[in-house]
Amino acid sequence: MSEPANRTQSRLLLALLLIPGVLWLVLLILLPHVDLAILSLKPHAGAGTQQLSLSQYGTFFEEPLYWHVFVRTALVSGLSTLLTLLVAFPIAWTIAKIAKERTRSYLFLACLIPFWISETVRTLGWMILLRESGVLPALLVKLGITNAPIEMLYHDATILIGLVYTSLLFMVVPLVSSLESLDNSLIEAAYDLGGKGLTVLRTIVLPHAAPGITAGCIVVFMMTLGNYLTPTLLGGKNSQWFTEQIYTQFITRFNWEQGAAFGFLLLSLSVAMVWAGLKVSGQQFADVMRRA
Amino acid sequence: MNTPALDLELRDVIKRYGDHTAVNELSFAVPRGSFFSILGPSGCGKTTLLRMIAGFISPDSGDVYIGGVNMKNIAPNRRPVNMVFQQLALFPMMSVGENVAYGLARRGVARLEQKKKVADMLARVGLAGSENKPVDALSGGQRQRVAIARSLVLEPTLLLLDEPLGALDLKLREHMKLELKQLQAAFGTTFVYITHDQSEALVLSDRVAVMNNGRFEQIGSPQELYYAAATPFVASFVGANNRIDGVLKGIASGIGDVVTSTGVSFFAKISARASVGSTTQVFIRPESISLYRQQPSLSGQMSCYQGAVTSLLFDGANSSVLLQELTSGLEFRVALPQTGHLSDLKTGERVYFSFDPERALGYLAEPSTRV
Amino acid sequence: MIPSLPRSIAVRWGNGAYVTLFLLFLFLPLAIVAVFAFNDAPYPAPPWHGFTLDWFIGNSELNRTGLFADTELLGSIWTSCTVALWVTGLSVTVGTLNAFLLERAQFPGKSALSVLMLVPLVIPGVILGISILAFASRLATLADDMFGLDLDFLRPGLPLVVAGQFSYIAAIATVTISSRLKRFDLTLEDAAYNLGASWFAVFRTITLPFLKPALIGSAAIAFLMSFENFNTTLMLVGSDSPLTILMYGRMREGASPVLNAVSIFLMIASAAVAFALMRSGKRTRS
Repeated sequence: MSEPANRTQSRLLLALLLIPGVLWLVLLILLPHVDLAILSLKPHAGAGTQQLSLSQYGTFFEEPLYWHVFVRTALVSGLSTLLTLLVAFPIAWTIAKIAKERTRSYLFLACLIPFWISETVRTLGWMILLRESGVLPALLVKLGITNAPIEMLYHDATILIGLVYTSLLFMVVPLVSSLESLDNSLIEAAYDLGGKGLTVLRTIVLPHAAPGITAGCIVVFMMTLGNYLTPTLLGGKNSQWFTEQIYTQFITRFNWEQGAAFGFLLLSLSVAMVWAGLKVSGQQFADVMRRA
Repeated sequence: MNTPALDLELRDVIKRYGDHTAVNELSFAVPRGSFFSILGPSGCGKTTLLRMIAGFISPDSGDVYIGGVNMKNIAPNRRPVNMVFQQLALFPMMSVGENVAYGLARRGVARLEQKKKVADMLARVGLAGSENKPVDALSGGQRQRVAIARSLVLEPTLLLLDEPLGALDLKLREHMKLELKQLQAAFGTTFVYITHDQSEALVLSDRVAVMNNGRFEQIGSPQELYYAAATPFVASFVGANNRIDGVLKGIASGIGDVVTSTGVSFFAKISARASVGSTTQVFIRPESISLYRQQPSLSGQMSCYQGAVTSLLFDGANSSVLLQELTSGLEFRVALPQTGHLSDLKTGERVYFSFDPERALGYLAEPSTRV
Repeated sequence: MIPSLPRSIAVRWGNGAYVTLFLLFLFLPLAIVAVFAFNDAPYPAPPWHGFTLDWFIGNSELNRTGLFADTELLGSIWTSCTVALWVTGLSVTVGTLNAFLLERAQFPGKSALSVLMLVPLVIPGVILGISILAFASRLATLADDMFGLDLDFLRPGLPLVVAGQFSYIAAIATVTISSRLKRFDLTLEDAAYNLGASWFAVFRTITLPFLKPALIGSAAIAFLMSFENFNTTLMLVGSDSPLTILMYGRMREGASPVLNAVSIFLMIASAAVAFALMRSGKRTRS
């Protein structure tokens, strides 16, 4: 392969390699999104005119329900990302720095296994645990903490628990790999020079782990924002999640134009957050995606 | 019998990369059964040359003959040449036996025959019975032997070796040098060996080509290169040497008087290209200089110089001292006599030294000569 | 902070307690799902009514439809498997070709293309779903208007589900396989040529065996991702529901423990795949 037999042959080979990848990106990614953008600029099919306009986006801002749900989805996703980071960091630290060889791989495996299992199954577990007739309310009654079973589903906190649970692995993996690359002797040196736990964490550990933290946060935020299953099942009618609005417009109301506009708004938010995350941490998109 | 006596012959081979000429009109021949080394600094074109012989690169012009056959348009997998790669390139997903059998299997040799040949070959390189070991279970030296066995089992006309000792540590390298030489003698295969390490080239080879900027500066036996370097480049690249820059003031029966900018005369055998008045470089080996505590009485053209010891470099049999010549301020490295005599020299001590002009070589200075 | 530094008893115990709680948090939902597959009650809820296998083997005689008699559920598993096999085959093939394209070929616009190949990973699944849905339906309408063709595969249904899942799983396969190919030492191929191997023999005996762990790994990941995909599938699904969609529908209505029963199988299958991958991963690394 070091010197191809002749130019035509190598051209042909290049073309054969290029075609599948280009077809994939053009037919399934580029064109559909261009089409979606055009669709979102059209008035609803029944309106008669075909003039392109921003009316679908106008509806979004005029109707408080829509943008409330949008802002809420963004805020809850942000909060959930932060919580995921807080929950995952000590575990990642334990795996990367404290646990011994054997425990480390078991612990890592333990973190992995739940995420090989369908999100549907995991959500089913939370529903059985938390609903009014579920395990935890029954346990609370038995322990005498509450008199009657309480409904633990359909709260914002429930949604948060579900979202954190679903995202944990995607935070733990980049954190572990960035913490593992931190040389123990740096921590020892900082300690030796008089640093205390928190100072060392702030001055040595966090700066080193920053790329891993950003990568984890970007991925978790994106996944949470686009999640559908967990908020709708654990939040029920109270979930008010933006992906649900898109589904409603597209499938229930068959208002594709409005749905397309919503889709674009969600996509823009997702892209903006990825972009901001990269800017803040000064990283390359490709590196972050590979890390994750 | 019309078996060609030459296993490898290159005729006017040129390879350019853009403006850079990696290999510049090279012609040479390697006789059957010899150990031929190409010695040169990194970037001199030796790897390009080797890869052209192997067929991974085709020359822009010129021809490569292997065993008397022109290799033009013959793909690397069809040439009677095998190669030991710099990092050995043992296949990590295969066992030792599978590695050695790889080429046989590609030739469609029957399985039983393969097994027999592999076992024989491993025994010959001192690895009998290691067929089923994974390659990464071997030591550096053993891996080296597997790489050689993998090539030699195919009975190639020519074995190319691309700095195979470069990755080994010093002790092992010394040991493998010996082993390579013995293997070559035992198999009788023609070896073409490239290296930037002059000691490897001198110890191993029947003949050595010193390569610089895409050309051979000199081809010769190790002794010729060492004692009769053809160019200043060879003189400075092969072995340790003291260099004196000056102008040739006069010449008598081959011995010239080279005067430094500080006005000190040094006498040396002058090569044909230098003439009176030209800038000249004189090279004199550390072991060609004699040291004296008292001023010696010298005959003929031997001149005596006085110097101060600036450092003592103790290295067992290779011990030497650094002297500063008093008048010119030039630094000389002088080997200490192995008898132990003068081993009590002190830094700062004044000593006398001299050398036989016949053992000092003077060349027309080449501005581009750098090592 | 780290074992080589003095850590107080409180910190050590705190750490241990945290890890224990974390593991409880991770596995409690799964354990609960498993346990209630065997509860002798019509709903997966406490109290415990005794052990039963009805939710696996029950049939109309018992008035309980167990997993093995639930044709709708079994059908959806089959649907999921079919979709996943298609997606796996396509993703690994395209991913491998992309890997060679990105790591071996030189052409203008390569770096742009390599970034573009990561883009599907940042698009929310729901949006991938609606964009492909809208585009396919526009194509279908066009074909109908201009040529009078009725292109059924462009209407919501399994072909679109495969396309939707493939659109981002191919990106994952591309990343996995290229990162392995990047670590390939090209002199191994030179060495094989030098030992007399043909182009095809080099590929079969050297390059492919080297890529094998990545191919197997990405195939397993592709299969699982496809099997478990919900967001994209939801938007593109027609009358045949894959398992996740069917389970979602039943969970909203208040499901019977037969869902727990099928979940147990999913857990076992996923864990088996995960373990197998871990072991093969360890073997290739050592």
